[in-house]
Amino acid sequence: MDTTSPHGASPGAARAALLVLADGRFPAGGHAHSGGAEAAVKAGRIRDATDLATFCRGRLHTTGLTSAALAAAAAVGADPLVLDEAADARTPSPALRTTARKLGRQLMRAARAAWPCDALDALAAARPRGAHQPVVLGVTAHAAGLGPEDAAHCVAYESVGGPATAVVRLLGLDPFEATAVLARLAPELDQVARRAAEAGRRAPAEGPGALPAASAPLLDITAQAHAAWPVRLFAS
Amino acid sequence: MHLDHSHDTTTVVSADAARSDGTRRALRIGLGGPVGSGKTATVAALCRALRDTYSIAVVTNDIYTREDAEFLLRNAVLPPERIQAVETGACPHTAIRDDISANLEAVEDLEDAVGPLDLILVESGGDNLTATFSKGLVDAQVFVIDVAGGDDIPRKGGPGVTTADLLVVNKTDLAPYVGSDLGRMAHDARTQRGELPVAFTSLTSGEGVKPVADWVRGQLAAWSA
Ligand SMILES: Nc1nc2c(ncn2[C@@H]2O[C@H](COP(=O)(O)OP(=O)(O)OP(=O)(O)O)[C@@H](O)[C@H]2O)c(=O)[nH]1
Ligand SMILES: [Mg+2]
Repeated sequence: MDTTSPHGASPGAARAALLVLADGRFPAGGHAHSGGAEAAVKAGRIRDATDLATFCRGRLHTTGLTSAALAAAAAVGADPLVLDEAADARTPSPALRTTARKLGRQLMRAARAAWPCDALDALAAARPRGAHQPVVLGVTAHAAGLGPEDAAHCVAYESVGGPATAVVRLLGLDPFEATAVLARLAPELDQVARRAAEAGRRAPAEGPGALPAASAPLLDITAQAHAAWPVRLFAS
Repeated sequence: MHLDHSHDTTTVVSADAARSDGTRRALRIGLGGPVGSGKTATVAALCRALRDTYSIAVVTNDIYTREDAEFLLRNAVLPPERIQAVETGACPHTAIRDDISANLEAVEDLEDAVGPLDLILVESGGDNLTATFSKGLVDAQVFVIDVAGGDDIPRKGGPGVTTADLLVVNKTDLAPYVGSDLGRMAHDARTQRGELPVAFTSLTSGEGVKPVADWVRGQLAAWSA
């Protein structure tokens, strides 16, 4: 794969594109998902900002890390179809696989409008029902002139930003407190993104075995249950 | 490579009037308006009135249930494979205006499963007076209010009342019971909307949904012309 990206100056040097991609208003369907927070709220595991911080920390170091590394690998040019399989292998819950592909398909639409390129077209053609969202995000990041750390940051941030926004809606939690939770997590987020990027850089040569496979069994279990709720505010 | 480079457009362009094979895609009409004004009842009545002439599908945007989709299924206004429910994360106005990706996916899936379609009706979950549809999602939009929500709503205006391609004032049968002045509503609507059309309906009596169905037929004729 070539290292020059179609819309950026030199790979990894773009910064404003990262803001566009990481913006919660980027129209890629994320607003309808709580990242497992709705199930945790219902079960009484998230009742306040302290609980939210604990939940987010757990998610960041498990699915957050795993997803961020997949995105980083895609951003450095590892084969997205191989990564898509690796993502399946790291996602035991069928409900979460469905969600990841749905969000991947939705991100693909926005990405092709924002940074049209052959790599996105090829992935869309190979996975018309959607590839895993972090994989699409990594390919998008590359198209936008961003590097593996940027892609990893985006995904790691999303892994905690989604639940925080959802909990504001679900509990009426003070939005300043929720934002403070995210700010306190920022140093850990940077660490996770760095680890993810390191692993991602090794993937093209070493294969997907170089990528972390941290998981959160409780998130998998509650996601399965949540998908069957007849009444819910969030899709996942 | 440039941003205007043309790429394979099977999924990329939301508002394109043509399908990837070049034929004209289905006309998409959005129905929005406050909670309980009669959006689902209007969709159901439109399906009954138009389904023998046109190939129709419906996308619902529910707030926290599948209530709207289930009502349509229960009443068998269309076969189940023609009805898709989109989940909105508690924010229908986001799903129909700011981030339309899940709705566009539903539209695409319906075209794939039961297409080619002539008409797709997209119902928004009941929301506030400022909720309107993105032009990337629908080609025309209907704003449904009712007489029982207060006869001052047309006067208050807001994007739905002022800019919708058709304003429907529903439940006129209830006007005498809630003290709503239909003449005043018509006058205020004209002031807010100028030449844009207004339909007064009662789905439980008289000619029912006919004024709206006639308007939709007109839109369909213009779309396929
Ligand atoms: N009397 C009378 N009742 C009506 C009329 N149209 C709808 N209704 C009733 O109003 C209630 C709400 O109608 P819906 O069609 O569910 O309203 P909606 O706008 O879809 O509601 P949400 O999706 O919850 O926002 C139902 O009980 C309908 O039977 C009408 O013209 N006259
Ligand atoms: Mg309804």
